[in-house]
Amino acid sequence: MAILTFVEVSEGKIKKASLEAAAYSSKIAETSGAESVAVVLGEASADEVSSLGKVGVKVVYHAADARFNTFNSKVYSKAIAEAADKASAELVVLSFNQNGKFLGPRIAVRLSAGYIPGASELPVLEGGKLSAKKNVFSGKASATYQIVTAKKVVALTPNSFPIVKGEGTATVEAFSPSVSDADFGVKVKSVDKVTGTIPLTEAEVVVSGGRGLKGPENWWMIEDLAKEMGAATACSRPVADVDWRPHHEHVGQTGITVRPNLYIAVGISGAIQHLAGVNQSKVIVVINNDPEAPFFKAADYGIVGDAFEVMPKLIEEYKKFKAAH
Amino acid sequence: MKILVPITKVPDTTSKIAFADNNTKFNSDGVTFIMNPTDEWYALTRAVELKEANAGSEVVVINVGAADNEQIIRKALAIGADRAVRVDANPTDAFFVASQIAAYAQTENFDLVITGKETIDFNSFQVGGMVAELLDWQAVGLVNKLEVAGTTATLTREIEGGTETVETSLPLVVGATKDLAQARIPNMKGIMGARTKAIQVVPVTAVESRTEITSFTLPEKAKQVKLVSPDNVGELVRLLHEEAKVI
Repeated sequence: MAILTFVEVSEGKIKKASLEAAAYSSKIAETSGAESVAVVLGEASADEVSSLGKVGVKVVYHAADARFNTFNSKVYSKAIAEAADKASAELVVLSFNQNGKFLGPRIAVRLSAGYIPGASELPVLEGGKLSAKKNVFSGKASATYQIVTAKKVVALTPNSFPIVKGEGTATVEAFSPSVSDADFGVKVKSVDKVTGTIPLTEAEVVVSGGRGLKGPENWWMIEDLAKEMGAATACSRPVADVDWRPHHEHVGQTGITVRPNLYIAVGISGAIQHLAGVNQSKVIVVINNDPEAPFFKAADYGIVGDAFEVMPKLIEEYKKFKAAH
Repeated sequence: MKILVPITKVPDTTSKIAFADNNTKFNSDGVTFIMNPTDEWYALTRAVELKEANAGSEVVVINVGAADNEQIIRKALAIGADRAVRVDANPTDAFFVASQIAAYAQTENFDLVITGKETIDFNSFQVGGMVAELLDWQAVGLVNKLEVAGTTATLTREIEGGTETVETSLPLVVGATKDLAQARIPNMKGIMGARTKAIQVVPVTAVESRTEITSFTLPEKAKQVKLVSPDNVGELVRLLHEEAKVI
Protein backbone atom coordinates (compact mmCIF):
# COMPACT_ATOMS: atom_id res chain seq x y z
CA MET A 1 0.00 0.00 0.00
CA ALA A 2 0.98 3.63 -0.25
CA ILE A 3 0.55 6.75 1.83
CA LEU A 4 0.12 9.93 -0.17
CA THR A 5 1.05 13.33 1.27
CA PHE A 6 -0.21 16.51 -0.28
CA VAL A 7 2.77 18.88 -0.17
CA GLU A 8 1.94 22.54 -0.62
CA VAL A 9 4.34 24.95 -2.27
CA SER A 10 4.24 28.71 -1.99
CA GLU A 11 6.26 30.69 -4.52
CA GLY A 12 8.08 27.50 -5.42
CA LYS A 13 9.08 26.62 -1.85
CA ILE A 14 7.73 23.71 0.17
CA LYS A 15 5.79 24.91 3.20
CA LYS A 16 7.20 23.82 6.53
CA ALA A 17 3.82 22.47 7.64
CA SER A 18 3.77 20.24 4.55
CA LEU A 19 7.26 19.00 5.28
CA GLU A 20 6.00 17.95 8.71
CA ALA A 21 3.09 16.13 7.05
CA ALA A 22 5.49 14.32 4.69
CA ALA A 23 7.74 13.32 7.61
CA TYR A 24 4.65 12.06 9.46
CA SER A 25 3.58 9.97 6.46
CA SER A 26 7.06 8.53 6.03
CA LYS A 27 7.08 7.50 9.68
CA ILE A 28 3.73 5.73 9.28
CA ALA A 29 4.96 4.16 6.04
CA GLU A 30 8.11 2.91 7.74
CA THR A 31 6.22 1.16 10.55
CA SER A 32 3.48 -0.26 8.33
CA GLY A 33 5.61 -1.35 5.38
CA ALA A 34 3.97 1.13 3.03
CA GLU A 35 5.52 3.46 0.49
CA SER A 36 5.64 7.21 1.15
CA VAL A 37 4.47 9.09 -1.95
CA ALA A 38 3.81 12.81 -2.30
CA VAL A 39 1.94 15.05 -4.70
CA VAL A 40 3.01 18.63 -5.44
CA LEU A 41 0.72 21.00 -7.36
CA GLY A 42 2.14 24.12 -9.00
CA GLU A 43 5.52 25.25 -10.14
CA ALA A 44 8.64 24.39 -8.12
CA SER A 45 12.18 23.45 -9.09
CA ALA A 46 13.18 19.81 -9.54
CA ASP A 47 15.67 20.18 -6.66
CA GLU A 48 13.01 21.52 -4.32
CA VAL A 49 10.59 18.70 -5.15
CA SER A 50 13.13 15.87 -5.02
CA SER A 51 14.38 17.17 -1.64
CA LEU A 52 11.28 15.52 -0.15
CA GLY A 53 13.48 12.41 -0.22
CA LYS A 54 15.19 13.83 2.87
CA VAL A 55 12.04 13.22 4.87
CA GLY A 56 11.58 9.71 3.49
CA VAL A 57 9.37 10.35 0.46
CA LYS A 58 10.20 7.86 -2.31
CA VAL A 59 8.14 9.18 -5.23
CA VAL A 60 6.71 12.63 -5.94
CA TYR A 61 3.98 13.27 -8.49
CA HIS A 62 4.59 16.82 -9.63
CA ALA A 63 2.00 18.78 -11.60
CA ALA A 64 4.27 21.67 -12.64
CA ASP A 65 1.31 23.53 -14.10
CA ALA A 66 1.17 27.29 -13.48
CA ARG A 67 -2.63 27.16 -13.11
CA PHE A 68 -2.04 25.34 -9.80
CA ASN A 69 0.05 28.21 -8.43
CA THR A 70 -3.18 29.67 -7.04
CA PHE A 71 -4.84 27.63 -4.33
CA ASN A 72 -8.33 26.46 -5.18
CA SER A 73 -9.94 23.81 -2.99
CA LYS A 74 -12.13 22.43 -5.78
CA VAL A 75 -9.46 21.72 -8.34
CA TYR A 76 -6.89 20.73 -5.72
CA SER A 77 -9.31 18.17 -4.32
CA LYS A 78 -9.79 16.62 -7.77
CA ALA A 79 -6.08 16.50 -8.52
CA ILE A 80 -5.10 15.04 -5.13
CA ALA A 81 -7.85 12.41 -5.29
CA GLU A 82 -6.55 11.42 -8.72
CA ALA A 83 -3.01 11.17 -7.34
CA ALA A 84 -4.33 8.99 -4.49
CA ASP A 85 -5.91 6.63 -7.04
CA LYS A 86 -2.74 6.58 -9.11
CA ALA A 87 -0.68 5.63 -6.05
CA SER A 88 -3.35 3.19 -4.77
CA ALA A 89 -3.07 5.11 -1.52
CA GLU A 90 -5.16 3.96 1.42
CA LEU A 91 -4.18 6.99 3.42
CA VAL A 92 -3.86 10.63 2.34
CA VAL A 93 -2.09 13.04 4.70
CA LEU A 94 -2.04 16.83 4.50
CA SER A 95 -1.36 19.71 6.85
CA PHE A 96 -4.18 21.18 8.93
CA ASN A 97 -3.01 24.65 7.91
CA GLN A 98 -5.07 27.47 6.39
CA ASN A 99 -5.57 25.77 3.03
CA GLY A 100 -5.65 22.24 4.42
CA LYS A 101 -8.60 23.03 6.67
CA PHE A 102 -10.90 23.49 3.68
CA LEU A 103 -9.16 20.98 1.46
CA GLY A 104 -9.05 17.93 3.77
CA PRO A 105 -12.82 17.47 4.01
CA ARG A 106 -13.17 17.86 0.24
CA ILE A 107 -10.58 15.15 -0.47
CA ALA A 108 -12.25 12.88 2.08
CA VAL A 109 -15.65 13.23 0.42
CA ARG A 110 -14.14 12.70 -3.01
CA LEU A 111 -12.43 9.47 -1.90
CA SER A 112 -15.40 8.29 0.22
CA ALA A 113 -12.92 8.32 3.08
CA GLY A 114 -13.25 8.97 6.78
CA TYR A 115 -11.34 12.05 7.89
CA ILE A 116 -9.49 13.17 11.01
CA PRO A 117 -8.97 16.96 11.06
CA GLY A 118 -6.07 18.18 13.16
CA ALA A 119 -4.42 14.97 14.37
CA SER A 120 -1.63 15.77 16.81
CA GLU A 121 0.02 12.36 17.20
CA LEU A 122 0.98 9.36 15.10
CA PRO A 123 -2.04 7.19 14.32
CA VAL A 124 -2.67 3.61 15.40
CA LEU A 125 -3.52 1.24 12.56
CA GLU A 126 -5.41 -1.87 13.59
CA GLY A 127 -7.74 -4.23 11.75
CA GLY A 128 -8.22 -1.88 8.83
CA LYS A 129 -9.12 1.02 11.12
CA LEU A 130 -7.07 4.09 11.90
CA SER A 131 -7.21 6.01 15.17
CA ALA A 132 -5.56 9.27 16.08
CA LYS A 133 -5.86 11.86 18.79
CA LYS A 134 -6.91 15.43 18.22
CA ASN A 135 -7.76 18.39 20.41
CA VAL A 136 -11.42 19.17 21.04
CA PHE A 137 -13.36 21.81 22.97
CA SER A 138 -10.79 24.44 21.97
CA GLY A 139 -7.97 22.58 23.68
CA LYS A 140 -9.84 21.81 26.91
CA ALA A 141 -9.78 18.08 26.11
CA SER A 142 -8.61 15.63 23.47
CA ALA A 143 -10.48 12.87 21.67
CA THR A 144 -9.45 9.70 19.87
CA TYR A 145 -11.09 9.60 16.46
CA GLN A 146 -11.38 6.35 14.59
CA ILE A 147 -11.84 6.08 10.83
CA VAL A 148 -13.91 3.06 9.86
CA THR A 149 -13.74 3.34 6.06
CA ALA A 150 -11.21 1.58 3.77
CA LYS A 151 -9.72 4.87 2.59
CA LYS A 152 -8.58 7.46 5.08
CA VAL A 153 -7.60 11.11 5.20
CA VAL A 154 -5.66 12.68 8.08
CA ALA A 155 -4.82 16.38 8.45
CA LEU A 156 -1.84 16.94 10.76
CA THR A 157 -1.81 19.91 13.14
CA PRO A 158 1.15 22.17 12.29
CA ASN A 159 4.14 22.01 14.63
CA SER A 160 3.04 18.73 16.22
CA PHE A 161 5.46 16.38 14.46
CA PRO A 162 9.22 16.91 14.19
CA ILE A 163 11.00 17.09 10.86
CA VAL A 164 14.00 14.78 10.96
CA LYS A 165 16.02 15.08 7.80
CA GLY A 166 18.12 12.24 6.49
CA GLU A 167 19.75 11.49 3.16
CA GLY A 168 17.74 10.66 0.09
CA THR A 169 16.30 11.99 -3.11
CA ALA A 170 12.76 11.31 -4.20
CA THR A 171 12.01 10.19 -7.74
CA VAL A 172 9.97 12.90 -9.45
CA GLU A 173 7.27 11.87 -11.90
CA ALA A 174 5.43 14.40 -14.05
CA PHE A 175 1.74 14.39 -13.23
CA SER A 176 -1.08 15.79 -15.39
CA PRO A 177 -4.35 15.49 -13.50
CA SER A 178 -7.43 15.44 -15.70
CA VAL A 179 -8.91 18.79 -14.74
CA SER A 180 -10.44 21.36 -17.03
CA ASP A 181 -10.04 25.14 -17.17
CA ALA A 182 -13.55 25.42 -15.73
CA ASP A 183 -12.36 23.68 -12.55
CA PHE A 184 -10.02 26.57 -11.78
CA GLY A 185 -11.97 29.82 -11.59
CA VAL A 186 -10.52 31.38 -8.44
CA LYS A 187 -8.47 34.45 -9.34
CA VAL A 188 -6.15 36.16 -6.88
CA LYS A 189 -6.67 39.92 -7.00
CA SER A 190 -4.17 40.97 -4.36
CA VAL A 191 -2.06 39.66 -1.50
CA ASP A 192 -1.41 41.59 1.67
CA LYS A 193 1.35 39.75 3.39
CA VAL A 194 3.95 40.75 5.87
CA THR A 195 7.21 39.80 4.24
CA GLY A 196 10.46 39.04 5.94
CA THR A 197 8.79 37.74 9.09
CA ILE A 198 7.90 34.22 10.11
CA PRO A 199 4.25 33.22 9.55
CA LEU A 200 2.56 32.90 12.92
CA THR A 201 1.23 29.41 12.31
CA GLU A 202 4.65 28.10 11.35
CA ALA A 203 6.67 29.75 14.11
CA GLU A 204 8.41 27.67 16.76
CA VAL A 205 8.55 30.64 19.11
CA VAL A 206 5.83 33.28 19.40
CA VAL A 207 6.14 36.53 21.38
CA SER A 208 2.73 38.02 22.05
CA GLY A 209 1.55 41.26 23.60
CA GLY A 210 -1.66 42.45 25.21
CA ARG A 211 -3.26 45.55 26.60
CA GLY A 212 -0.71 45.63 29.40
CA LEU A 213 1.72 47.18 26.92
CA LYS A 214 -0.42 50.32 27.00
CA GLY A 215 -0.04 51.35 23.34
CA PRO A 216 1.34 50.44 19.92
CA GLU A 217 4.38 52.65 20.49
CA ASN A 218 5.60 50.14 23.08
CA TRP A 219 5.59 47.20 20.69
CA TRP A 220 9.31 47.51 20.11
CA MET A 221 9.87 45.25 23.11
CA ILE A 222 7.79 42.48 21.55
CA GLU A 223 9.42 42.99 18.15
CA ASP A 224 12.96 43.22 19.49
CA LEU A 225 12.66 40.02 21.49
CA ALA A 226 10.97 38.26 18.56
CA LYS A 227 13.75 39.37 16.23
CA GLU A 228 16.46 38.12 18.58
CA MET A 229 14.67 34.78 19.00
CA GLY A 230 13.67 34.29 15.36
CA ALA A 231 10.09 34.33 16.62
CA ALA A 232 6.78 35.49 15.18
CA THR A 233 4.82 38.28 16.87
CA ALA A 234 1.21 37.97 17.98
CA CYS A 235 -1.35 39.84 20.05
CA SER A 236 -4.54 39.42 22.05
CA ARG A 237 -7.97 40.31 20.69
CA PRO A 238 -8.45 43.71 22.40
CA VAL A 239 -5.16 44.87 20.92
CA ALA A 240 -6.27 43.95 17.38
CA ASP A 241 -9.72 45.43 18.00
CA VAL A 242 -8.28 48.86 18.75
CA ASP A 243 -5.91 48.54 15.78
CA TRP A 244 -2.70 48.62 17.77
CA ARG A 245 -1.75 45.55 15.76
CA PRO A 246 -3.04 43.97 12.51
CA HIS A 247 -5.85 41.43 12.77
CA HIS A 248 -3.82 38.59 11.34
CA GLU A 249 -1.68 38.70 14.51
CA HIS A 250 -4.66 38.03 16.78
CA VAL A 251 -4.51 34.64 18.42
CA GLY A 252 -7.43 33.19 20.30
CA GLN A 253 -10.76 31.53 19.78
CA THR A 254 -11.93 33.84 17.02
CA GLY A 255 -8.42 34.48 15.72
CA ILE A 256 -5.60 32.13 14.90
CA THR A 257 -4.75 28.98 16.83
CA VAL A 258 -1.03 28.54 17.35
CA ARG A 259 1.00 25.64 18.62
CA PRO A 260 4.57 26.82 19.00
CA ASN A 261 7.23 25.21 21.16
CA LEU A 262 7.38 28.41 23.17
CA TYR A 263 4.69 31.06 23.64
CA ILE A 264 5.71 34.19 25.54
CA ALA A 265 2.73 36.30 26.64
CA VAL A 266 3.47 39.83 27.77
CA GLY A 267 0.77 41.94 29.41
CA ILE A 268 -2.01 39.50 28.47
CA SER A 269 -4.41 38.53 31.25
CA GLY A 270 -5.32 35.16 29.72
CA ALA A 271 -9.08 35.22 29.10
CA ILE A 272 -10.49 31.80 28.25
CA GLN A 273 -10.97 32.88 24.62
CA HIS A 274 -7.29 33.75 24.35
CA LEU A 275 -6.21 30.50 26.01
CA ALA A 276 -8.25 28.54 23.44
CA GLY A 277 -5.88 29.79 20.76
CA VAL A 278 -2.62 29.11 22.59
CA ASN A 279 -3.15 26.26 25.04
CA GLN A 280 -1.61 23.71 22.70
CA SER A 281 1.75 25.48 22.94
CA LYS A 282 4.39 23.21 24.42
CA VAL A 283 5.76 25.77 26.89
CA ILE A 284 4.03 28.98 27.96
CA VAL A 285 5.80 31.91 29.63
CA VAL A 286 3.67 34.66 31.15
CA ILE A 287 4.95 38.11 32.07
CA ASN A 288 2.33 40.18 33.85
CA ASN A 289 2.30 42.65 36.74
CA ASP A 290 -0.94 41.19 38.10
CA PRO A 291 -0.21 38.03 40.12
CA GLU A 292 -3.92 37.15 39.86
CA ALA A 293 -3.91 37.14 36.03
CA PRO A 294 -5.63 33.88 35.00
CA PHE A 295 -2.89 33.24 32.45
CA PHE A 296 -0.50 32.17 35.24
CA LYS A 297 -2.69 29.09 35.80
CA ALA A 298 -2.00 27.98 32.23
CA ALA A 299 1.69 28.92 32.26
CA ASP A 300 4.82 26.84 32.73
CA TYR A 301 6.98 29.79 33.72
CA GLY A 302 6.00 33.20 34.91
CA ILE A 303 7.38 36.52 35.98
CA VAL A 304 5.18 38.75 38.11
CA GLY A 305 6.53 42.12 37.13
CA ASP A 306 6.26 45.23 35.04
CA ALA A 307 6.77 44.43 31.35
CA PHE A 308 8.52 47.77 30.89
CA GLU A 309 11.20 46.65 33.33
CA VAL A 310 11.26 42.91 32.58
CA MET A 311 11.31 43.00 28.77
CA PRO A 312 14.49 45.07 28.27
CA LYS A 313 16.24 42.74 30.74
CA LEU A 314 14.90 39.68 28.97
CA ILE A 315 16.11 40.97 25.60
CA GLU A 316 19.59 41.59 27.09
CA GLU A 317 19.70 38.20 28.81
CA TYR A 318 18.63 36.47 25.62
CA LYS A 319 21.32 38.27 23.64
CA LYS A 320 23.90 37.09 26.19
CA PHE A 321 22.56 33.55 25.95
CA LYS A 322 22.67 33.62 22.17
CA ALA A 323 26.24 34.88 22.16
CA ALA A 324 27.29 32.05 24.46
CA HIS A 325 25.52 29.24 22.57
CA MET B 1 -29.84 35.99 -3.85
CA LYS B 2 -30.62 32.87 -1.84
CA ILE B 3 -28.31 32.09 1.03
CA LEU B 4 -28.20 28.94 3.17
CA VAL B 5 -26.55 29.19 6.59
CA PRO B 6 -25.92 25.96 8.50
CA ILE B 7 -25.99 26.54 12.26
CA THR B 8 -24.98 24.23 15.05
CA LYS B 9 -25.38 24.05 18.80
CA VAL B 10 -22.29 23.95 21.01
CA PRO B 11 -21.47 24.21 24.70
CA ASP B 12 -20.93 27.80 25.81
CA THR B 13 -17.26 28.90 25.66
CA THR B 14 -16.91 29.02 29.44
CA SER B 15 -18.43 25.54 30.03
CA LYS B 16 -16.59 23.10 32.19
CA ILE B 17 -15.87 20.10 30.03
CA ALA B 18 -16.60 16.63 31.46
CA PHE B 19 -17.29 13.21 30.02
CA ALA B 20 -19.61 10.31 30.84
CA ASP B 21 -19.94 6.60 30.06
CA ASN B 22 -16.30 5.75 30.66
CA ASN B 23 -15.10 8.86 28.80
CA THR B 24 -16.91 8.00 25.59
CA LYS B 25 -19.60 10.69 25.72
CA PHE B 26 -19.75 14.41 26.40
CA ASN B 27 -21.45 15.08 29.72
CA SER B 28 -24.02 17.76 29.06
CA ASP B 29 -25.21 18.01 32.70
CA GLY B 30 -25.42 21.64 33.70
CA VAL B 31 -23.98 22.83 30.37
CA THR B 32 -25.46 25.88 28.65
CA PHE B 33 -25.71 25.49 24.89
CA ILE B 34 -25.39 28.35 22.44
CA MET B 35 -25.33 28.85 18.69
CA ASN B 36 -21.76 28.25 17.48
CA PRO B 37 -20.16 31.72 17.68
CA THR B 38 -18.69 31.92 14.17
CA ASP B 39 -21.98 30.62 12.71
CA GLU B 40 -23.90 33.36 14.48
CA TRP B 41 -21.56 36.36 14.57
CA TYR B 42 -20.07 36.08 11.11
CA ALA B 43 -21.85 33.59 8.79
CA LEU B 44 -25.45 34.39 9.68
CA THR B 45 -24.93 38.11 10.21
CA ARG B 46 -23.12 38.56 6.88
CA ALA B 47 -25.93 36.61 5.17
CA VAL B 48 -28.49 38.98 6.72
CA GLU B 49 -26.42 42.02 5.68
CA LEU B 50 -26.26 40.74 2.09
CA LYS B 51 -30.00 40.15 2.11
CA GLU B 52 -30.64 43.69 3.31
CA ALA B 53 -28.43 45.11 0.57
CA ASN B 54 -29.98 43.01 -2.21
CA ALA B 55 -33.76 43.27 -2.59
CA GLY B 56 -35.55 40.00 -3.16
CA SER B 57 -32.95 37.94 -1.29
CA GLU B 58 -33.67 35.23 1.22
CA VAL B 59 -31.70 33.73 4.13
CA VAL B 60 -32.50 30.18 5.20
CA VAL B 61 -30.87 28.60 8.25
CA ILE B 62 -30.45 24.85 8.51
CA ASN B 63 -29.71 22.81 11.60
CA VAL B 64 -29.20 19.08 11.90
CA GLY B 65 -30.44 18.05 15.32
CA ALA B 66 -33.21 17.16 17.68
CA ALA B 67 -36.28 19.23 18.56
CA ASP B 68 -34.59 20.90 21.54
CA ASN B 69 -32.36 22.80 19.08
CA GLU B 70 -35.33 25.02 18.39
CA GLN B 71 -34.01 27.61 20.85
CA ILE B 72 -30.94 28.42 18.74
CA ILE B 73 -33.00 28.24 15.55
CA ARG B 74 -35.41 30.87 16.93
CA LYS B 75 -32.45 33.06 17.80
CA ALA B 76 -31.19 32.81 14.20
CA LEU B 77 -34.64 33.83 12.98
CA ALA B 78 -34.62 36.73 15.43
CA ILE B 79 -31.27 37.91 14.04
CA GLY B 80 -32.84 38.06 10.62
CA ALA B 81 -33.06 34.70 8.83
CA ASP B 82 -36.34 34.42 6.90
CA ARG B 83 -37.07 30.78 7.59
CA ALA B 84 -35.46 27.68 9.02
CA VAL B 85 -35.05 24.02 8.25
CA ARG B 86 -34.32 21.40 10.88
CA VAL B 87 -33.20 17.98 9.77
CA ASP B 88 -34.62 15.74 12.44
CA ALA B 89 -31.63 13.61 13.41
CA ASN B 90 -28.95 13.11 16.00
CA PRO B 91 -25.71 13.89 14.19
CA THR B 92 -23.19 11.06 14.21
CA ASP B 93 -20.24 12.68 12.45
CA ALA B 94 -19.41 15.66 10.24
CA PHE B 95 -19.97 13.71 7.03
CA PHE B 96 -23.45 12.82 8.21
CA VAL B 97 -24.22 16.50 8.92
CA ALA B 98 -22.70 17.71 5.64
CA SER B 99 -24.70 15.11 3.70
CA GLN B 100 -27.97 16.34 5.24
CA ILE B 101 -27.15 19.96 4.41
CA ALA B 102 -26.06 19.15 0.86
CA ALA B 103 -29.19 17.05 0.30
CA TYR B 104 -31.38 19.95 1.38
CA ALA B 105 -29.34 22.50 -0.60
CA GLN B 106 -30.02 20.51 -3.76
CA THR B 107 -33.77 20.90 -3.36
CA GLU B 108 -33.60 24.69 -3.84
CA ASN B 109 -31.44 27.00 -5.94
CA PHE B 110 -29.05 28.51 -3.44
CA ASP B 111 -26.34 30.93 -4.56
CA LEU B 112 -24.33 30.85 -1.37
CA VAL B 113 -23.77 28.58 1.59
CA ILE B 114 -22.04 30.44 4.43
CA THR B 115 -20.71 28.39 7.35
CA GLY B 116 -18.79 29.43 10.47
CA LYS B 117 -15.10 28.59 10.15
CA GLU B 118 -15.23 25.89 12.83
CA THR B 119 -17.34 24.76 15.75
CA ILE B 120 -15.93 25.40 19.19
CA ASP B 121 -16.72 21.85 20.36
CA PHE B 122 -14.88 19.64 17.87
CA ASN B 123 -12.78 22.36 16.16
CA SER B 124 -12.87 20.37 12.95
CA PHE B 125 -13.49 22.77 10.03
CA GLN B 126 -15.24 19.95 8.21
CA VAL B 127 -18.79 20.73 7.24
CA GLY B 128 -18.17 23.63 4.82
CA GLY B 129 -15.59 21.79 2.75
CA MET B 130 -17.67 18.61 2.70
CA VAL B 131 -20.82 20.43 1.59
CA ALA B 132 -18.81 22.12 -1.19
CA GLU B 133 -17.49 18.80 -2.44
CA LEU B 134 -20.88 17.11 -2.24
CA LEU B 135 -22.37 19.96 -4.30
CA ASP B 136 -19.25 20.19 -6.53
CA TRP B 137 -19.08 23.93 -5.83
CA GLN B 138 -16.20 26.30 -5.42
CA ALA B 139 -15.35 27.10 -1.79
CA VAL B 140 -13.24 29.65 0.05
CA GLY B 141 -12.43 29.28 3.75
CA LEU B 142 -11.26 31.62 6.55
CA VAL B 143 -13.03 34.51 4.87
CA ASN B 144 -13.15 37.91 6.59
CA LYS B 145 -14.62 39.97 3.71
CA LEU B 146 -17.31 38.97 1.25
CA GLU B 147 -18.91 41.13 -1.42
CA VAL B 148 -21.24 39.89 -4.12
CA ALA B 149 -21.99 41.69 -7.40
CA GLY B 150 -24.20 39.76 -9.80
CA THR B 151 -22.73 36.27 -9.90
CA THR B 152 -19.23 37.36 -8.91
CA ALA B 153 -17.99 37.11 -5.36
CA THR B 154 -14.94 38.98 -4.07
CA LEU B 155 -13.52 37.56 -0.88
CA THR B 156 -10.60 38.24 1.43
CA ARG B 157 -9.25 35.20 3.21
CA GLU B 158 -6.55 34.55 5.79
CA ILE B 159 -3.32 33.02 4.58
CA GLU B 160 -0.08 32.42 6.47
CA GLY B 161 1.11 35.81 7.65
CA GLY B 162 -1.51 37.91 5.90
CA THR B 163 -4.56 37.98 3.70
CA GLU B 164 -5.38 37.32 0.07
CA THR B 165 -8.23 38.80 -1.97
CA VAL B 166 -9.75 36.44 -4.51
CA GLU B 167 -12.56 36.55 -7.01
CA THR B 168 -14.75 33.66 -8.01
CA SER B 169 -18.28 33.01 -9.18
CA LEU B 170 -21.43 31.76 -7.52
CA PRO B 171 -22.61 29.26 -6.41
CA LEU B 172 -20.09 29.21 -3.62
CA VAL B 173 -19.44 27.85 -0.13
CA VAL B 174 -17.85 30.35 2.26
CA GLY B 175 -16.17 29.59 5.59
CA ALA B 176 -16.63 32.69 7.74
CA THR B 177 -14.11 33.99 10.23
CA LYS B 178 -13.75 37.03 12.45
CA ASP B 179 -14.62 40.44 10.98
CA LEU B 180 -16.81 39.12 8.16
CA ALA B 181 -19.69 40.94 9.85
CA GLN B 182 -20.52 42.98 12.91
CA ALA B 183 -22.34 40.65 15.33
CA ARG B 184 -25.92 41.70 16.13
CA ILE B 185 -28.02 41.30 19.22
CA PRO B 186 -31.60 40.41 18.29
CA ASN B 187 -33.99 43.27 19.03
CA MET B 188 -37.54 42.95 20.35
CA LYS B 189 -39.04 43.26 16.87
CA GLY B 190 -36.81 40.45 15.64
CA ILE B 191 -37.63 38.24 18.62
CA MET B 192 -41.37 38.79 18.18
CA GLY B 193 -41.11 38.25 14.42
CA ALA B 194 -39.17 35.02 14.90
CA ARG B 195 -42.14 33.46 16.70
CA THR B 196 -44.19 33.38 13.55
CA LYS B 197 -41.45 32.40 11.10
CA ALA B 198 -41.59 28.83 9.82
CA ILE B 199 -39.33 26.02 10.99
CA GLN B 200 -39.69 23.25 8.47
CA VAL B 201 -38.79 19.81 9.82
CA VAL B 202 -37.39 17.49 7.18
CA PRO B 203 -36.66 13.78 7.56
CA VAL B 204 -33.13 12.47 7.68
CA THR B 205 -31.27 11.20 4.60
CA ALA B 206 -29.73 7.81 5.38
CA VAL B 207 -25.92 8.13 5.56
CA GLU B 208 -23.31 5.81 7.06
CA SER B 209 -20.89 7.50 9.44
CA ARG B 210 -17.26 7.35 8.49
CA THR B 211 -15.66 8.20 11.81
CA GLU B 212 -16.40 7.73 15.47
CA ILE B 213 -14.95 9.08 18.67
CA THR B 214 -13.78 6.13 20.74
CA SER B 215 -12.71 8.08 23.83
CA PHE B 216 -12.18 11.52 25.31
CA THR B 217 -9.27 12.53 27.53
CA LEU B 218 -8.96 15.48 29.86
CA PRO B 219 -5.56 17.06 30.47
CA GLU B 220 -3.81 15.20 33.28
CA LYS B 221 -3.58 18.06 35.70
CA ALA B 222 -3.49 21.78 35.86
CA LYS B 223 -0.08 23.19 35.14
CA GLN B 224 1.99 24.42 38.05
CA VAL B 225 3.64 27.66 37.10
CA LYS B 226 7.26 28.14 38.09
CA LEU B 227 7.74 31.78 39.04
CA VAL B 228 10.98 33.61 38.38
CA SER B 229 11.87 36.86 40.13
CA PRO B 230 11.76 40.00 37.96
CA ASP B 231 15.22 40.78 39.35
CA ASN B 232 16.61 37.54 37.97
CA VAL B 233 15.42 37.39 34.38
CA GLY B 234 18.52 35.44 33.34
CA GLU B 235 17.12 32.52 35.33
CA LEU B 236 14.15 32.37 32.96
CA VAL B 237 16.47 32.09 29.97
CA ARG B 238 18.43 29.35 31.74
CA LEU B 239 15.24 27.39 32.56
CA LEU B 240 13.95 27.67 29.00
CA HIS B 241 17.25 26.31 27.73
CA GLU B 242 18.18 23.68 30.32
CA GLU B 243 14.85 22.54 31.72
CA ALA B 244 12.19 23.17 29.08
CA LYS B 245 14.72 22.76 26.23
CA VAL B 246 12.79 25.08 23.93
CA ILE B 247 15.61 27.52 23.17
